[in-house]
Amino acid sequence: MITMENVCKSYKVAKRDAGFRAACKALVHREYEAVHALNNVSFTVRDGEMVGYIGPNGAGKSSTIKILSGILTPDSGTCVIDGRVPWKNRTEHVRQIGVVFGQRSQLWWDIPVIDSFELIKEIYSISTPQYNNKLEELTQLLQLQEILKTPTRQLSLGQRMRCEVAASLLHEPRLLFLDEPTIGLDAVSKLAVRDFIKKLNEEHKTTVILTTHDMQDIEAIANRVILIGRGQILLDGTLDELRRAAVSDGNGNTDEPLDLDHVMACLYRNLNIL
Amino acid sequence: MRKYYLFFKLRFAAGIQYRMAAVTALTTQMVWGLMECLAYKAIAESSGNMPMDYSAVVSYIWLKEALLALFNTWAADNDIFGMILNGDISYELCRPLSVYSMWFSRTAGGRISEALLRCIPVLACAFLMPYPYKMGLPVSAGAFLLFLLTAVLGLGVTIAFCMLVYILCFFTISPQGWRMALTGAVDFLSGNIIPLPFFPDKYLRIAQLLPFAYMQNIPFRIYCGDLAAAAIPSAIAGQVFWFAALTLAGLLLWKKAEKRVVVQGG
Repeated sequence: MITMENVCKSYKVAKRDAGFRAACKALVHREYEAVHALNNVSFTVRDGEMVGYIGPNGAGKSSTIKILSGILTPDSGTCVIDGRVPWKNRTEHVRQIGVVFGQRSQLWWDIPVIDSFELIKEIYSISTPQYNNKLEELTQLLQLQEILKTPTRQLSLGQRMRCEVAASLLHEPRLLFLDEPTIGLDAVSKLAVRDFIKKLNEEHKTTVILTTHDMQDIEAIANRVILIGRGQILLDGTLDELRRAAVSDGNGNTDEPLDLDHVMACLYRNLNIL
Repeated sequence: MRKYYLFFKLRFAAGIQYRMAAVTALTTQMVWGLMECLAYKAIAESSGNMPMDYSAVVSYIWLKEALLALFNTWAADNDIFGMILNGDISYELCRPLSVYSMWFSRTAGGRISEALLRCIPVLACAFLMPYPYKMGLPVSAGAFLLFLLTAVLGLGVTIAFCMLVYILCFFTISPQGWRMALTGAVDFLSGNIIPLPFFPDKYLRIAQLLPFAYMQNIPFRIYCGDLAAAAIPSAIAGQVFWFAALTLAGLLLWKKAEKRVVVQGG
């Protein structure tokens, strides 16, 4: 169970005009602007739910994920996950969660993937039989047989991402946060990751929160969608509800069949959050 | 503890993969070491009285070259700076472990693996050098044991210092500034450029108040017999003190840094 209430987070961003003179001025006196990444964000996620967390670039998706995983401390508001406050009980909290940051890597660059996995086994004190079982399961589902012995640096992006997902699940977390897990993947890898996440949820009742710009991800995985824009939650419902909201607020051309990307674009425009 | 040992082991395994680096390092270190030997020879011949025996200086130089990877402060673990810069630190923070201990053991593993790879060929060559550029044996078996002990302590002080540099990077945008300013000065004050006994008295006394004199300075000078037996206990006490003080400072600073981590973008 995840409860977030009135969470706010702002960043201080240094700004200046273009050009050399402005740069010199900034050397002496810097002007900062507060950017409100999250503004009174509240939502609840029940156990076993699969939630798609969407919004335009810079909406606050990653900030939310980082707060949920205890990396970022919010300015105000509360967040309780299974009775823990992520940034206060960081070490106990992270034991129960798995996180995949699509744009970052947790695998050691120069050594074979399997060595990174062994390290994770130790970090989370996973018993050997449990580890072997899980590894076998993950290897099969994500088709890792061929690549486990390869150093990370020699993997393609898709191969690496499959390993990243596996690495985040070795300790059988009850919660899984995915921050753009399908970024840059080809069709086959995308399908593999999606199927895998669905199966994971069915078999282990893992709660999944996923951010993405790929609406097919959402369609395939999420049974609930939360839309965030300019740091605020704007919609919370099923994909169909979202579709209806996009069309009803639009300019009346309802009969035009819209694909998901157009639905989103329409929605972003209607809500004026771009 | 086992977890941290594994970090050490993994970094060690990663470190010994870079065979070519070890070969090139051998050449660099041999040429550099020989150059230094010649320079001190010139000093010895022109001035007559050096603050250290020439043979002691030669051993000091070869030890320094062989164990460069253990004690130099400028070659901190670039992966860690990378993580802080590009945000992969996110993953480090998602581990149920103390980041400080994780990075400490990782740095130790990196340094020791690199030093082991490099020191054997460098030392072999140094022992085969013609007199007077030949590396000497330790002055006694006891001195050798003390050398090992103080080398471990010195490594601890060095890593605890590097940890401070890593953590300071959380407070600025680029780590380059800190690294340049700190490591340049430290290189000099730790006796990596010239052995500390060559410092004028006044400056030597100041240098000895700083933690940097307790890194490589102590083990190397014990090995070559330059540090008087009577001075050894207080030197070891100094090492223990600075190791504890720097570690404590690092842990406190980390507490502060942890709260202000901002992982930017994506």
